[in-house]
Amino acid sequence: MLSRTAENIFWMARYIERAESTARLIQMGQRMTILPGPIHREEWRSVLQVSGSDGLVEVGRVVDEEDIVRLLVLDEANPSSIRSCLGRARANGRAVRTALTQDMWEALNDDWRRLEAYDLSRARRDLPELLDWVKTRASTFRGTVETGQLRNDGHDFLRIGGAIERAEMTLRLLDVKYYVLLPETAVVGGGRDHYQWTSVLHALTAARAYHHVYGGAGYTPWQIADLLILNPQFPRSVAFCFGQISWHLDRLAQAHDRRGAAHETAAAMLAELRGRERGEIFEEGLHEFVAHALIVTNRLSREIAQAYHFA
Amino acid sequence: MSFFEMTDAAGHVRPCYAGVQQWVEAVGVEGLRARLKEAETIFRRIGITFAVYGEGGDPERLIPFDLLPRIFSGAEWRLLDRGIRQRAQALNAFLYDVYHRGEIIKAGIVPADLVYRNRAFEPEMIGFEPPGRVYSHIVGIDIVRTDEGRFQVLEDNCRTPSGVSYMLENREIMQRMFPELFGSTRVAPVDSYPGDLLSTLKEVAPAGAGSDPTVVVLTPGAFNSAYYEHSFLADLMGVELVEPMDLYVDDNRVWMKTTRGPRRVDVIYRRIDDEYIDPLTFRPDSLLGVPGLFGAYRAGGVTLCSAPGAGIADDKAIYLFVPEMIRFYLSETPILDNVPTWRCALPDERAHVLDHLHELVAKEVHGSGGYGMLIGPQATRAEIAAYAERIRTNPADFIAQPTLALSTAPILGEAGVAPRHVDFRPYCLVGKQMRLVPGGLTRVALTEGSLVVNSSQGGGVKDTWVLDD
Repeated sequence: MLSRTAENIFWMARYIERAESTARLIQMGQRMTILPGPIHREEWRSVLQVSGSDGLVEVGRVVDEEDIVRLLVLDEANPSSIRSCLGRARANGRAVRTALTQDMWEALNDDWRRLEAYDLSRARRDLPELLDWVKTRASTFRGTVETGQLRNDGHDFLRIGGAIERAEMTLRLLDVKYYVLLPETAVVGGGRDHYQWTSVLHALTAARAYHHVYGGAGYTPWQIADLLILNPQFPRSVAFCFGQISWHLDRLAQAHDRRGAAHETAAAMLAELRGRERGEIFEEGLHEFVAHALIVTNRLSREIAQAYHFA
Repeated sequence: MSFFEMTDAAGHVRPCYAGVQQWVEAVGVEGLRARLKEAETIFRRIGITFAVYGEGGDPERLIPFDLLPRIFSGAEWRLLDRGIRQRAQALNAFLYDVYHRGEIIKAGIVPADLVYRNRAFEPEMIGFEPPGRVYSHIVGIDIVRTDEGRFQVLEDNCRTPSGVSYMLENREIMQRMFPELFGSTRVAPVDSYPGDLLSTLKEVAPAGAGSDPTVVVLTPGAFNSAYYEHSFLADLMGVELVEPMDLYVDDNRVWMKTTRGPRRVDVIYRRIDDEYIDPLTFRPDSLLGVPGLFGAYRAGGVTLCSAPGAGIADDKAIYLFVPEMIRFYLSETPILDNVPTWRCALPDERAHVLDHLHELVAKEVHGSGGYGMLIGPQATRAEIAAYAERIRTNPADFIAQPTLALSTAPILGEAGVAPRHVDFRPYCLVGKQMRLVPGGLTRVALTEGSLVVNSSQGGGVKDTWVLDD
């Protein structure tokens, strides 16, 4: 396959996932801010930090929901906004029309200009519906891949791009908790801390999964971190995503008869995740682990581009 | 008075339109108009658009689609088929001739200046023999009908004629939406076109290419107005759609950059104009080109379709001589006539044109897309005077033709079925053999009375049927 095609597919998948991540991130922020408890307004700031858009609102100003809708939903100039992500996903797809099935293309193309019709007030009013729409679009796209796309190298690049972005999303959402700067208590009690931790679970649609895995034992920070980082069955966990990345990279290595740095990086990270004990990460410092994992994920993305000549 | 293709002189529905007539009556105009909206939604979702950037508004527009098919009987098609093939063959013979011995010029049939001093003539091609001696592999011939039995050629397109994706998609949409119509009428299929195109391209691979040559479609990129068509054709042929940056030349061979490393390319169906394909040979400021591509072509390392310089055959000044080419190279009588044409370069003809400009259609020799033309009967005095001045200043840049009574075909208008002017572009494929699917693209001027069918100026498209009768 053309290197440019591989690159476009890889980024198309990343941008679709990123649009969904941003939608989930905003939903999490909303949930955190409407919670009972003392007035504490740094939640939206942490949402901006996690999406890499912190610099867009000057330091010291309180970030509000309007800023979030403007910057993370509608702003065409911000590469992390939903509008940019959907537009870029489509532009990448359009550049490689021949590598997509008709259904995949229709899922990307259908209604792609919808956000242009939204101004700030309308977007704020319809925000819940709009965020659901973004998630549905991502799901529809994945659905067309599931039952329609040939399982060839294009599929591998697509899955790898999606899994890298999803691992990143989970890591970043965990980091929101860090930026909110509340003490990480050993037991999640009532009050804000509890809500913040459960908001992370809800944003990833992981609350039910949590109960299935840990029984009725209630929420503890290390179990939540364990589920989202190490659980090999939860499809948004970092370990699951790296399992996928590694599997598809191996397929590519076989088809191309060549392994490189990317394959080693992915395999090493997967081994590291599998070797961890429950609670271990939490004790060593969640933020430190997240920072380390994000660095590895970034490096991996670059190494993949080099290995397949689209760096 | 224009010939209305749906009815005869007495107002009776012609046999080939009988099925459609019954269908319109059965479904009713309201019902059909509702379906038209459905068709537009499908077009938009599939992404069959043409791109217009920099004009404001929607950058990816739909070409208006009309539901009523334009229909040729089997007998009408057999005539067209012979005429189209004959013309495509003569045009390729002419191209070979002008880049070699120039017999037709020595015989005094085509003036030397018109060829050798023409912007479309490519001196780099002199003496070069392209595989199969084919220069124009896809010949699009624009045909109008002026009476029941009379077809005339308006112009030839020997470079990279576009629009064939509409031929295929229009049929696809019609079959998807109105399967019942195709059950009752035997319509000749057009879906072999992509396979025919691939066979044609493989047939002209360079000698060293092996038994299964690698074909690619070369596009300027996603911002080109015909990008949809480029991707569509690559997709249906199952070949790579490449942009110039995906290719490079090494040792007179062309390679594409893939995830497995470089892969050899044998045949390039290029949808990029001559002057942009290779900055080393043509425009040095071109950002689109592949450096060294033309050298590789001349060395026999790759085949370019169409050949650089093929445009000399579809030049509007050369057009005049196509009937002569047919007699000269094929020793045959032309099956399809030209439209009578006056050349403003010749004093006598120029005088006639200037005297009759109000009743003629005048065109720029190098113009395309319906721009830069004057339709005398529809122009104001001031417009005619201004155009006459342009002709006097640069007479060799202009030709003129009588205003044709273009035939009309039925469309679904606001108030029901109405006649609108149409033209027709079939796509003749030329490799080691010639291939022509029974059909083509019918363009229709959707504004009442308008003669301009170009999509850039408010024209639409409709499905074209050739009946298998």
